[in-house]
Amino acid sequence: MHAPGSAIESALGVGELAGYAKESLEAAFPGLWVKGEVSNFKRHSNGHWYFSLKDAVGQLPAVVWARDARRIPAPPDEGMSVFARGTLSLWAGQGKLQFMVDAIEAEGAGLWQKAFDALKATLDAEGLTAVARKRPLPSYPRTVAVITSGDGAAWRDIQAVVQRRHAGVHLTLIPAVVQGEIAPASLVQALDRLARWGGADVAIIGRGGGSREDLWAFNHESVARAVAACPIPVISAVGHETDFTITDYVADERAATPSVAAERAVPVLADVQAGVRALGGRLSDALEDRVDREGRRLRSYADGLRLRAGRAVERRRARIERVAGRLDALSPLSVLARGFAVARGADGQPLARRDAFTVGEPFDLLLTDGRVTARTESIDARAPHLRTG
Amino acid sequence: MTFEETLARLEEIAQALDRDDLPLEQALRLFEEGIVRLREASAVLAEADGTVRTLVETADGVFEARS
Repeated sequence: MHAPGSAIESALGVGELAGYAKESLEAAFPGLWVKGEVSNFKRHSNGHWYFSLKDAVGQLPAVVWARDARRIPAPPDEGMSVFARGTLSLWAGQGKLQFMVDAIEAEGAGLWQKAFDALKATLDAEGLTAVARKRPLPSYPRTVAVITSGDGAAWRDIQAVVQRRHAGVHLTLIPAVVQGEIAPASLVQALDRLARWGGADVAIIGRGGGSREDLWAFNHESVARAVAACPIPVISAVGHETDFTITDYVADERAATPSVAAERAVPVLADVQAGVRALGGRLSDALEDRVDREGRRLRSYADGLRLRAGRAVERRRARIERVAGRLDALSPLSVLARGFAVARGADGQPLARRDAFTVGEPFDLLLTDGRVTARTESIDARAPHLRTG
Repeated sequence: MTFEETLARLEEIAQALDRDDLPLEQALRLFEEGIVRLREASAVLAEADGTVRTLVETADGVFEARS
């Protein structure tokens, strides 16, 4: 017996050897990180990426199968220095080494930043991140929807904050997977449910802190577009204060954390109650003021009336006094006061002429201070002489 | 009328009552309306029946919020 290939009789077929070589290569170099520059990058229509990794000395053909390419945020640029993780293998058909890559990290901000910037630029150009698009949050929501994982810290934090601020608000979880490959589709589906349900006044979408990869779903184009299309205002709350995602830019408001989002969405009950009380106070104050004003107006009318009435009385009194003065001057009593007397017959009629008298008949003399009974002695036809001076 | 609209209406009424040119009868009517709205708003706040639920969509596309 000879070992395969050790003699002409046991010669190997090319494919057979290539198979052995492939097996030993893959066993010898599994899951390696390799550092190099990207060269000749080609993206095939079937979704696979082909390129070479090279440095000053060597060159290594590399491939990223489509299923792995989907997990890499963006294709690397030509000439970019990258770290690629993969398995060294042999492409039997071509008799060439082939490095099968399943992850690529670029130096510095790298591919994540590249993908982020590209999507942000697209959304900016479409106006989806514009400040003018942002809707105000309702001041007094009845129902707040939360799109996140039911097992996550974000959901627990939001519940705690809402409980503390305003127990009267309804909180509805729309569960979604928030990390991993199915996260974008799951978040989009939850947003679609939120829209079709129509039962919430405002929504919070987010998750607690995690690595850049953990948060990546919130940088996914489909999620960003679904948030932008949401019929109610959306607050995004992804990770910690320093984490900015594409979702933050398209949401109506960005909250640094899920707890902050809950604070933004839900008012403090005591504040709202105080506000309602203050409004009630304003109403009664306004009415009281109004009544006071009307009262003052009434009083000023009354004062005016009194003043005018007083003047009218005064004018009449003056007139009466004038008339009274004249009457007084004409009064027979004042004539009597000057020493004259009025003679009156038994019937009370004044005896003004001499033929009204009868000799021997009594008559009354009316004086200023009384009456005297007199008798006619004689009647003289001459006019009286009045002393003057 | 939503709670928000109720508060906005109350604000409007308070402002109208501050005006001198509003006839007194109308001011009184507005005040009465204001009292009704205040009661509504207070009733909403007094409810305080906050719930925590999970939205469930059944196979036929009906939504249900379950505790």
